[in-house]
Amino acid sequence: MAVMEATLPRRLITTPVAGPLVALLLACVFFGLRTDQFLTGPNFSLIIQQVMVVGTLAIGQTLIILTAGIDLSNGAIMAFGGIVMTKLAVDSGLPPVLALVAGLAICSLFGLVNGLLVTRISLPPFIVTLGMLNVVFALTHIYSNEQTVTDLPPLLTFLGQTFQVGQTNVTYGSLLTILLFLLFAYLLGSTAWGKHVYALGNSPEVARLTGIRTARLTVGVYTLAGFVYGIAALLLVSRTGVGDPQAGQTDNLDSITAVVLGGTSLFGGRGLVIGTLVGALIVGVFRNGLQLMGVPSIYQTLITGVLVILAVAVDQLSRRRNR
Amino acid sequence: MNAKLSAGLLVAALLVTGCGGGNGGSGQNSSSSTPKVGLITKTETNPFFVKMKEGAQKSAQANGLELMSAAGKFDGDNASQITAIENMVAAGVKGILITPSDTKAIVPAIKKARDAGVLVIALDTPTDPQDATDALFATDNLKAGELIGQYAKAAMAGKPAKIATLDLAPGVTVGQLRHDGFLKGYGIQEGDPSVVCSQDTRGDQAKGQTAMENCLQKAPDINVVYTINEPAALGAYTALKAKGREKDVLIVSVDGGCTGTKAVKSGEIAATSQQYPLKMAEDGVKAVADFAKSGKKVSGYTDTGVTLITDKPASGVEAKDTTFGLANCWG
Repeated sequence: MAVMEATLPRRLITTPVAGPLVALLLACVFFGLRTDQFLTGPNFSLIIQQVMVVGTLAIGQTLIILTAGIDLSNGAIMAFGGIVMTKLAVDSGLPPVLALVAGLAICSLFGLVNGLLVTRISLPPFIVTLGMLNVVFALTHIYSNEQTVTDLPPLLTFLGQTFQVGQTNVTYGSLLTILLFLLFAYLLGSTAWGKHVYALGNSPEVARLTGIRTARLTVGVYTLAGFVYGIAALLLVSRTGVGDPQAGQTDNLDSITAVVLGGTSLFGGRGLVIGTLVGALIVGVFRNGLQLMGVPSIYQTLITGVLVILAVAVDQLSRRRNR
Repeated sequence: MNAKLSAGLLVAALLVTGCGGGNGGSGQNSSSSTPKVGLITKTETNPFFVKMKEGAQKSAQANGLELMSAAGKFDGDNASQITAIENMVAAGVKGILITPSDTKAIVPAIKKARDAGVLVIALDTPTDPQDATDALFATDNLKAGELIGQYAKAAMAGKPAKIATLDLAPGVTVGQLRHDGFLKGYGIQEGDPSVVCSQDTRGDQAKGQTAMENCLQKAPDINVVYTINEPAALGAYTALKAKGREKDVLIVSVDGGCTGTKAVKSGEIAATSQQYPLKMAEDGVKAVADFAKSGKKVSGYTDTGVTLITDKPASGVEAKDTTFGLANCWG
């Protein structure tokens, strides 16, 4: 008994997800009390649909932030991937499967280039991905000729279709998003690769000395993140039903917000991908709940900003206590 | 400790939220019985949409509706508009008034809302296709362009024109219609040699200035400037002034914002076609109120009017002066 009492608070400190999870639950209780429509199955399904794109981007962002990097180009890469998939399938008449594969490949390729620039030329990730943001943004607008692509084949919109759970319609995309989070939680938590990623983020020098091939690992992380952005592109396309060159313009920052709200340290080596899911849900719950209450969207922006600062403050304070 | 601390901080944040909600929505208790109407604009900050929201608020109060509002983070932010539609449908709105950021990409989300029995009216900008919404309340943008085209033609009085067009952005219907209208009003075709420079400005003053500077590099003898809106026009004016050309170049524009109308009064802009966002929103909310009461849906296109504003009228082109313009301007 005494042992359990000692370990529970300890676990709360060492598990960076506990704080965000409590925050998410409190927010749900709050909105549940304030509006009738909030605590319903269809509404929760809606919130998951609304956060799945940024949430998936944030999986890639989490990987990169765990290595003490950052990715400002993910929303732009996703938008380009979405345009490639839809344009190839609709305008170029390629079989939808090939168009989809091409989109995933192009996103992975941009991730690979980011990783190579970070490792081979030792450029700071912030600079590499800032440059890449502009390059990919421009490519998207050039390639799409600023035109939205419509009339998509069923393969590209499949993830936006729904199946029934009780009274609630759930999209296949929501399911895929949750499976992705579980997959990456497993990869980071229970494989040697995951441990290497944490080690790299904690101290690249120590990681190198223990025999981890850090450059290769880093390139792998950026490439994998790019691939995940490709999946986000498919989710986006299936959610909106169109290929949209304007998409994702603030999603880079929104994905960082989800990571930070989820308790992952921006300095690398500390955090959990499940926390990122919780972080993305916090943003979605606030946006949905405040809208249901009739609060204008500018307040949603205000509150998200306050929450981000609070989350980092909590991270810093708990580190100080741990010392 | 971590959890307790963040929980405490979150409660503080929620209190802040609670205050925001209290200020924003009057009559919280009656909210379940009062029919709701949603307004979704392109952005929160553009004065045009601020005025639109003001009109919607006024009309909602007068018609016994509760107004919910939302906006994208930037012009072109389709995802936020989709999210807003979904949340408003979940909140049980009777009708949604929307200024679509992406006229094509928003269509599937609108269809879902209409399938759920919600009346959807486009304000200011038509969707593509236009019948994706129940109705459209908007300025006739082609006519707005035509008016300033006719004015410019008359004001030039037969002098050979070297025209610069400072446009919006490729693929945006509003910009295309105004541009086409201007050419039609001036009596020329797309590709006419008198149009010596065309640049996109996204309706932004700084980009308008840059565009005009570049146009003057390309063709220093430009004497007519068509602009998509008055911020672009004022940017062009700044560029012309730097070259000492502000007196002998005719700038015409569309929008009729208060800043822009003042610029017409002071002579920086020769004429502008004024539109009426307040009226779009008022009429839209009224239509939703009627639908809530009687179940009757509006349909088709309602022209909310456009007026040429200038203090130097040209013969044969009907116009009102800036006194009228300032009394009816937005922003």
